[in-house]
Amino acid sequence: MSGVGLVAAQRAHFAAPLALRSGAVVPAFDLVYETYGRLNAARSNAILVCHALSGNHHVAGHYADDAHNLGWWDNIVGPGRPLDTERFFVVGVNNLGGFHGSTGPVSPNPATGKPWGADFPLVTVDDWVQAQARLADLLGIDSWAAVIGGSLGGMQALQWAINLPERVRHSLVIAAAPKLTAQNIAFNDVARQAIITDPDFHGGHYYEHGVRPLRGLRLARMLGHITYLSDDQMAEKFGRVLKSGAFTFGYDVEFEIESYLRYQGDKFAGVFDANTYLLMTKALDYFDPAHHFAGDLAAALAPARAKFLIVSFTTDWRFAPARSREIVNALLKNKQEVSYAEIDCNFGHDSFLMDDAQYHALVRAYLERVVL
Amino acid sequence: MNTRDRPDFQVIASWVQPGERVLDLGCGDGELLRLLIEARGARGYGIEIDDANVLAAVKNGMNVIQSDLEAGLSGFEDASFDHVVLSQTLQAMRHTEAIVFEMLRVGREAVVSFPNFGYWKHRMDILKGHMPVSERLPYQWYDTPNIHLCTIADFDDFCARRAIVVKERRVFDEGRLITEEHNFLGSLAVYRITRG
Repeated sequence: MSGVGLVAAQRAHFAAPLALRSGAVVPAFDLVYETYGRLNAARSNAILVCHALSGNHHVAGHYADDAHNLGWWDNIVGPGRPLDTERFFVVGVNNLGGFHGSTGPVSPNPATGKPWGADFPLVTVDDWVQAQARLADLLGIDSWAAVIGGSLGGMQALQWAINLPERVRHSLVIAAAPKLTAQNIAFNDVARQAIITDPDFHGGHYYEHGVRPLRGLRLARMLGHITYLSDDQMAEKFGRVLKSGAFTFGYDVEFEIESYLRYQGDKFAGVFDANTYLLMTKALDYFDPAHHFAGDLAAALAPARAKFLIVSFTTDWRFAPARSREIVNALLKNKQEVSYAEIDCNFGHDSFLMDDAQYHALVRAYLERVVL
Repeated sequence: MNTRDRPDFQVIASWVQPGERVLDLGCGDGELLRLLIEARGARGYGIEIDDANVLAAVKNGMNVIQSDLEAGLSGFEDASFDHVVLSQTLQAMRHTEAIVFEMLRVGREAVVSFPNFGYWKHRMDILKGHMPVSERLPYQWYDTPNIHLCTIADFDDFCARRAIVVKERRVFDEGRLITEEHNFLGSLAVYRITRG
């Protein structure tokens, strides 16, 4: 049951070119977004929700023509929920490079009239912040009461506080990391290789061939999914349970976990765009705000004026609590305002999407003290 | 929280000057930190391990870092605080000596309060053949979290042996300041210590 009820996506067009970190320029672009609650007269109650790898602008509620398509973070947004829409004006936006309506690889390249495909420039978290700031301008939001996100979304919340310090009053960085480890990048590259080596990929121009690299995307998601869950949770949920109760001595699905992963892979491949997936994983790999500060994260965070809530989850091994502590320690070094919680939750990296009592109570308590 | 139950709070507050930086170890619901910030104009953070306390501290509007003190203060820079406070928690720590050194590494000075095991009522209990149970030590031997109890004399010895300077000491019983025979009449001791 959604809290905010019926919602509708909106589209904003930005005619001015956007110069990207890579040096490429997007001549003009669209962003699709949704809003929940009401912007107050002082325009001081807006919260930006940044999405992760596979998310989009549909954060909460459901559509009139699709009652089952609940927003991806519906459990935290709504009247009386931690992101209380009675008090806050919550904005969800599909990032540049997405395929849910914002300009991305599936959009027509103005130079050719054909979909950008693999020619869509690689975007970084910095570029997303820049694009999201254009949306904030359009909505008349000078400063966000809070920017919040989990995983790659948390990285955006962090980058906002660094890049546009006067426009972020609170930054909620959940299940994130200040940069990926070699292991993280390795996982991403295996996922990318699965897609790129799929014969249906056609160098990223599969749209014009009327096919999609479904096998690659499916494998990429299966791999990703393993890393989002915890070992304990997988053991608890699937163990070594066999679908038919006995070995069949073949390569078809035997264990429940295989069945589950294949189902997740198929489901995802059916609805997601491979070029967007590739681009999102690269944005993750490139994220490293300390890069221009000789690896000194505290120096990178020094300009931030936001207050921070950093949250990690005990069973998250993809972005482990120690990675969040790196952010906390850098903020402490700078004597910046920060609270940190390590939530004991069994769902691995995906915990940030779960309705965990301590986690939600904490976000609620933190946001209640935000002055509007 | 009733401040009568925590007479150490007022003493600690009197030692903190406006604008000074405080780190409160085992900050609970953040009540002391809040007192230091609101009444003394201090700034700082609390460290707390318990989920309910972390939540309560956030509700109290405090900056709280969820962390296990037994693992030390590795995220904190040397001499980055004016005061590092450990209020009525020392006796429940496993790594007692290590945390005192950590406090003196991170803070210009450390404030430590603990129940005085040498308090006369505790001595009476022992003489009668039982482990002490009192207002400050409300537990039975089998359910107490207090594993490193000490007397005021013990703590003085510890400081002397480790070249720790005791700048001030305040001792209380039932909320009243004790002015003589600290180790006998005091149930709660509050120390202000620095590196020698």
